[in-house]
Amino acid sequence: MGLAVLAFAGTASAVVPGMAASAAVPEKAEQCLACHGESGQSQTDGIPSLGAQQPAYTLIQLYMFREKLRNSDVMNGMAKDLTDDDLHSLSDFMGTLPKPKPPADAGDPVRMAAAKALVDKEHCNSCHSADFSGRDNIPRLADQREDYLAQTLRDYKSNKRAGYDATMAEVLTPISDAQITELAYYMAHYR
Amino acid sequence: MACRNSFLRHAALAGLVGLFTLDAAIPAFAQEQPLPPGSPLIGRPDSPEAAKLAPVSAPPLPTPADKLPTAKLKVPPGFSVELYASGMANARSLRDGAKGTVFVGSRLVDKVYAITPGDHKVKVIASGLHRPNGVAFHDGTLYIAELSKISKIDNIEDTLDNPAKPTVIYDDLPADEAHGWKFISIGPDNRLYIPIGQPGNNVLHDSAHGQIRRINLDGTGAEVVAYGVRNSVGFDWSPTSHEMYFTDNGRDWMSEDVPEDELNRVTKAGEDFGAPYCYQGNISDPEFGWGHSCSDYTPPVALMGAHTASLGMRFYTGSMFPAEYKGAIFVARHGSWNRSKKLGGDVVVVKLNKDGTVKSVTPFLTGFIADNNYLGRPVDVQPLKDGSLLVSDDWNGAVYRVTYTGKAK
Repeated sequence: MGLAVLAFAGTASAVVPGMAASAAVPEKAEQCLACHGESGQSQTDGIPSLGAQQPAYTLIQLYMFREKLRNSDVMNGMAKDLTDDDLHSLSDFMGTLPKPKPPADAGDPVRMAAAKALVDKEHCNSCHSADFSGRDNIPRLADQREDYLAQTLRDYKSNKRAGYDATMAEVLTPISDAQITELAYYMAHYR
Repeated sequence: MACRNSFLRHAALAGLVGLFTLDAAIPAFAQEQPLPPGSPLIGRPDSPEAAKLAPVSAPPLPTPADKLPTAKLKVPPGFSVELYASGMANARSLRDGAKGTVFVGSRLVDKVYAITPGDHKVKVIASGLHRPNGVAFHDGTLYIAELSKISKIDNIEDTLDNPAKPTVIYDDLPADEAHGWKFISIGPDNRLYIPIGQPGNNVLHDSAHGQIRRINLDGTGAEVVAYGVRNSVGFDWSPTSHEMYFTDNGRDWMSEDVPEDELNRVTKAGEDFGAPYCYQGNISDPEFGWGHSCSDYTPPVALMGAHTASLGMRFYTGSMFPAEYKGAIFVARHGSWNRSKKLGGDVVVVKLNKDGTVKSVTPFLTGFIADNNYLGRPVDVQPLKDGSLLVSDDWNGAVYRVTYTGKAK
């Protein structure tokens, strides 16, 4: 683990100029990376990539897991004993990891074009930024795992995941399940 | 499932049914068609300036007392502002108890707090609740409004260290997240008033939304007091006329400068205040206004600024502040997001004429915005029995207290 983390801190410092390799991989981050991916890119079904995720967004999610405002047996357990300082240092750290890479295949051009029209029409770029890198408390979507994106959108729409505020439940009101599939496909293949 | 049915009715009303059918054939949705009613982004232009605007959410962790903006806040000469209590994540609606306890609701977390009298210690008195924004107090009982239910805890001020779990008294309410959080208050008629917002930025909706309702304190006798209400998060009653005044938030994405938020007055139960057909009393909605006239609806008594998010409000009946404040209304404006230059983010004072119309709206507590960023965001106000005024700030999880000494600083 130590080696992997070192290697990866090297990458992070290359991505974020001025961030020294010693600028701290928080000790508790090692367990996060074991599932979420050591280079910021998850290789595991249903588990999101956290690389270059917006720190304000990650902080909110960690807080919600700790307070059981967002339900996941694994994450509720992992976050249970985190202090407020841990929440800050872990979310800041995840933001310094490299952003996830797009998949090797560029995606079916017909599906991508159709999905882009939907993305434009629904103004997903309005809050999530033109390159879907997010901003502040609004998460990065670009090259997130497709299965995670689709599940998250479905959970927001059904209110299974209530969200920190009501925005996504409202945005998804007119969006169908088939459209959710296409939105997830598009964001996961964004390049 | 009542919820599902109500959603379908809403969808049908809003003309969405076509979309549900279309999606069977996959790329069909990509065909050019107008953005369906119900999207919060209706009206948003594809300009880079518009793309900079997004709703702003408060941080989840409360700001430590020594990092609060208290020293930067400004009040008129003779007034001063101090910290009353901090450390309450997402502190929202305020309510004072009979024995000096101050109750504080929240929206983004699951807790209701109590600030004890005297030492101002913060206790969590209820948790595991869903958007417990509203708090009301009557005859020793605390009433709590979650997203879709109203509950109560009897004898609360004597049981702050070991309060009973809230008991539900009323839950015949929609479950929409959008504008689902609630301010509540108990009127001079000893009934509990509950706002039910439009389920989105600008939508046609069923008869269960877009209104303020009242119920008896045992949950019976529900009736609608005001229609055409987009999203009210604050109301109170005139101490002289006993008429209800309420704030209402105008829609997003029409423009930078209109519609303005409203301050309304209910002179008889069942009045219609226009949303979503007419906003601010004189703007016909570009989407839904066709076939309707603003003259069919009760206009606001004051305009409160575009996108300012005018929320909690109280009449001032105390004697600490100068006489000109007696009978005036303090209104917390949470501050805009759907506007390039932030507006609101302050507490204003609304002074009334003898006939209950509005004489003036002026800033009272300011300093929450610096360089177009929020240092804090006021949500509610609560005069205390000594005549001082509390102001909640959900951005920092804090409550401030404004007093009057008459000495200019």
